[in-house]
Amino acid sequence: MARAVVTMPAQAKRGEIIEIKTLAQHPMETGFRRTQTGELIPRDIIRRFTCTYNGVEVYRADLHPAIAANPLIAFTTIATETGTLTFQWVGDNGYTVTEIAPIRVE
Amino acid sequence: MPTTRREFLIFAAVSLAAPAAAEAQLDPNLAASRKAAFQEALRRVVGDAQVRRGRVKLQLPPLIDNGNSVPLSVAVESPMTAADHVKAIHVLTEKNPLPDVVSVALGPRAGRASLATRVRLADTQTVTAIAQMSDGSFWSDSAEVVVTLSACLEEGLI
Repeated sequence: MARAVVTMPAQAKRGEIIEIKTLAQHPMETGFRRTQTGELIPRDIIRRFTCTYNGVEVYRADLHPAIAANPLIAFTTIATETGTLTFQWVGDNGYTVTEIAPIRVE
Repeated sequence: MPTTRREFLIFAAVSLAAPAAAEAQLDPNLAASRKAAFQEALRRVVGDAQVRRGRVKLQLPPLIDNGNSVPLSVAVESPMTAADHVKAIHVLTEKNPLPDVVSVALGPRAGRASLATRVRLADTQTVTAIAQMSDGSFWSDSAEVVVTLSACLEEGLI
């Protein structure tokens, strides 16, 4: 059910700016839609995305219902040292997904 | 001035049809409350500070067939050093049920101040991106978009 994909280079030169694309599988239910019987469908969205590089936060996004289903977030960071990047999506109804990607810096 | 037929059509649609169509779709009370919500969201983001145009580049397709998934990207001109960098990027809409779209917190470690995502747009409207710099100044860019299929139309929101 809860899955996410991260696309980024596995290795980079020190100081290089690397591009990261992340995609999480999530319906991003807005909380404004109704069923055929007129009942409001409760909101169910991802609230926050964070990217940490060896434990240091480098990018954070607060998402709102206006983000399309299966949120794509693309951004950049500087390759500073060999280690891991941790991506975390936290949302309504206890939704938590964590992805870890290693990077080798020369 | 537009030269090709395609450019002319886009120009005509954006400049003539957009404001009239947008006003026709919203009932006056709803339009006023959305506007108030947008102003409040803007105040929450920038406080009393002045927002200047420039340095921010907001990219959206001018004509959107399906408002459910619209590619949006923001890039801010900044050296992204410890002394001078972008602290936050906010995207706001005028006529969505909620004005906030996304708020990003970043710093010099990001390398470039950029954001790319996909958003929902409920109506033909103006989308605004605001960047907060490390010196406390705010810069913005707006894009007018024409939405043919609203993200919320089937739910009878508009």
